[in-house]
Amino acid sequence: MQVFQLLISGISQGCIYGLIALGFVLIYKATETVSFAQGELMMLGAFGGLACMTFLGFPFWLAVISAIGAMAVFGVLLERVVIRPILGQPAFSIVMLTIGIGYVARGLITMIPNIGTETHTLPVPYKDMIWKLGGDANGIGALVINIEQVVVIASTAMLCVLLFAMFRYSKLGIAMQASSQNQLAAYYMGIPVKRLNGLVWGLAAAVAAIAGLLLAPITFVHANMGFIGLKAFPAAVVGGFGSLPGAIVGGLIIGIVESLSGFYLPDGFKDTAAYIVVLVMLMVKPNGLFGEKLRKKV
Amino acid sequence: MRFIFKTDYGQDIKLAKHGGHVFWYSLLCAALVLAPWLVSEYLLAQLTFILIYGIVGVGLMLLAGFTGQFSIGHAAFFGVGAYTQAVLTGMGWPFPLALAAGAALSATVGVVVGLPALRVKGIYLGIATLSFGFIVEEVFARWESVTGGNAGKTVGQIKMFGWTADTGASFYFVCLVITVLATLAVVNLLRSHTGRAFVAIRDSEISAQSMGIHLAYYKTMSFAISAALAGIGGALYAHQIRFLSPDQFNIIQSIDLLLMVVIGGLGSIHGAFLGAIFLIGLPQAISAVKDFLPDAIGQAPGLKAVIYGAVLIAFVLFEPLGLYGRWLKIRTWFQLFPFYRKGLFKRQKSFQKSDRLK
Amino acid sequence: MSEVLLSAKNLSVRFGGVLAVNNVSFDVKPGEVFTLIGPNGAGKTTVFNLISRIYTPTTGSIDYLGVPLTEQPPHKIASLGIARTFQNIELFEHATVLHNLLIGRHTHASSGLFSEMFFTPKVRKAEIEAREKAEKVIDFLDLQHHRDSMVAGLPYGVRKVVEMARALCTEPKLLLLDEPSSGLNVEETDDMAFWIQDIKHELGITVLMVEHDMSLVSKVSDRVLAMNQGEVLAMGTPREVQSDPGVIEAYLGSVDDVSSLRRSA
Repeated sequence: MQVFQLLISGISQGCIYGLIALGFVLIYKATETVSFAQGELMMLGAFGGLACMTFLGFPFWLAVISAIGAMAVFGVLLERVVIRPILGQPAFSIVMLTIGIGYVARGLITMIPNIGTETHTLPVPYKDMIWKLGGDANGIGALVINIEQVVVIASTAMLCVLLFAMFRYSKLGIAMQASSQNQLAAYYMGIPVKRLNGLVWGLAAAVAAIAGLLLAPITFVHANMGFIGLKAFPAAVVGGFGSLPGAIVGGLIIGIVESLSGFYLPDGFKDTAAYIVVLVMLMVKPNGLFGEKLRKKV
Repeated sequence: MRFIFKTDYGQDIKLAKHGGHVFWYSLLCAALVLAPWLVSEYLLAQLTFILIYGIVGVGLMLLAGFTGQFSIGHAAFFGVGAYTQAVLTGMGWPFPLALAAGAALSATVGVVVGLPALRVKGIYLGIATLSFGFIVEEVFARWESVTGGNAGKTVGQIKMFGWTADTGASFYFVCLVITVLATLAVVNLLRSHTGRAFVAIRDSEISAQSMGIHLAYYKTMSFAISAALAGIGGALYAHQIRFLSPDQFNIIQSIDLLLMVVIGGLGSIHGAFLGAIFLIGLPQAISAVKDFLPDAIGQAPGLKAVIYGAVLIAFVLFEPLGLYGRWLKIRTWFQLFPFYRKGLFKRQKSFQKSDRLK
Repeated sequence: MSEVLLSAKNLSVRFGGVLAVNNVSFDVKPGEVFTLIGPNGAGKTTVFNLISRIYTPTTGSIDYLGVPLTEQPPHKIASLGIARTFQNIELFEHATVLHNLLIGRHTHASSGLFSEMFFTPKVRKAEIEAREKAEKVIDFLDLQHHRDSMVAGLPYGVRKVVEMARALCTEPKLLLLDEPSSGLNVEETDDMAFWIQDIKHELGITVLMVEHDMSLVSKVSDRVLAMNQGEVLAMGTPREVQSDPGVIEAYLGSVDDVSSLRRSA
């Protein structure tokens, strides 16, 4: 019973990691750049949802859609203003740039008087609801499932199906791959590379916003939420950077290992579980589970 | 503009390429030596921090700027050096011995962290070093018997062979000597075949191999030297702030170190020191300016993060060559006046091309 | 002196389902210029990559002066005396031409880490020696103008020459040139032909090259190997190979085209 409980919370946490990792991998597949700002985008999405619900008084569904939409627009703008000028520079500079974006986002939120430094709850309709399965009449020995976690898992699954359909059956997926492999050639083939990049960043930001809205009921909304994004990197690497299903699978693995080690292993292993897993993976299978072999042809 | 007329090989190898170099660097040395008598106690402490971070920066510059291996968890080595120094001097070891031990231990950890570098590159290596950084920080927090865990550990002053560095000035001189030695060692390394091997690995691993450069050996060496320098910096850091706790060596510290080399200017030793000046100077500047800003902005807790992030973004977007690059441009402008052309330092517009082979 | 410098026997390499090189055998004699020709995708550069140990053959062996190369790690190839240039130029972009050449001297450097950190007189002497040797190569290939220029800004033709210079700095016995004249204009190709002949006669270096320019091949080669789809088509003197019907069909075109390419006797 305990194991099952741990598994579910591990899977739901893993879905969050997977969603953030999905954002990284989307951007990496399209532009071969790594964005360290995904965690902060997730945080902004959560705050966006909070703002919609508490200040603008939107009903839940409207708030969710507005927050996701707003973040998508923000992602496109971010790409246009900050990322586009530096494409072609060494990968490391771009990483530093996204770290800078993360800093600015975190700082700006913290600067908002009264709200930035506090922890807030997101008033979702399914808050604090639980399912009880099995157990006797008094509820002892029952499997207690948090609806919040179920929502996370279900939403992630739905999102994956949607994205899969989009990439498999639309021109967008092929265009993305072309543009990431040889930008100049993609231009010559008539692919609107810049617009594509903007779209991809918008999509990644939207996915981050969804992750933020899903995570908010569990961890509450606060300015340091973005640090969870750092654990999503091991998830992306374990799955194989460059593979979309790999991101989700990697996230699930990290989430489950973390959850189990928090219970069965001594203190301190829970926080480092993700990192130990990724180091093992890098030694055993450097390209991750679904990754591609990177080799320069000379 | 100074055109150097080369007449013998020795001239090419020399560190100071012409009279101007000799003059200005001598002036710098004189200023540094006289500093305790020229500036206030507080500024001297800041200068000491600049020297300490400079040493770490030189190490990270060697690894990231010259060998092209990006280490996002560098604070781990910094911490290993600091804690080793704290523990050994606490046990009564004289300063130089403890320092050597700390450098050696950091170098060993560097070799271990560098192992993934032999198999993976780029972002994968970054994630591997990031992971090591987190694991080492956790070890600092958990290994309470040695490090004092989250409660922290106090560090004594520098003691060796009967002499104690008990004033700000004496500690400053110890740091100055070590900084100069470390910098000279790295600069010498860079002008000999090992340094060139590092640059070769950065620019093209395949042709470096075909030139006979053993990738694994040199990558490991780069990690080891870089980690040793960070360890030495960490040891001095321990003596400077006198109290260590694990959260001083977290991801934020690692990113600060990276910020330092990126803003300073990747690929130059000057950049390491300019970056250190920036890193230590910016918080001071913010504090000074804070009072002139409206309360809502000046007193806000997020101000430092916003300014750091904005400066980093600005540098990557507008001055990818960093502070040193900007200095070169300014100097060239003066030297070529009025013939400076904007196109002198123009980067080639490049399109992104994947190195991946599928 | 052995009769054979490099000997490839039954060399094959398979990438996934593709047999890039299939049962290729040839011998390179010391002091000769041996050329590989063939259409694109024939496997010529793959053979080079097998010799420099970027790939490992699936079957077959390569012997160099009696040393089986397939057991050597890639970085040992240079110290054995084999140097190569790359088809798509793999120079060290953010270093000067001189530094690129000095990196070519790597296998001849023997100073240890600590003596370098202190820059002992021995290290200094080694540095000056390295520069002297590099300067000889610069003189040989007329690169004086570009000595201190950053490679990144140089024109293509110069970069090809720098690649060759860098390979020469390793003081090889066997030089692998991958399409030395691709991208060069007529004058540059003529220069290249003279340099290859000088390398053979003055420096005594054996040259193994891949080339598409048939006039260059005729002018400088002692023997030619024609490949197609990973297999050997013909081997012999340039004249023999260029009149081989199989080679003409696969690569060169009709008999009339070939006569204009014959080396003037």
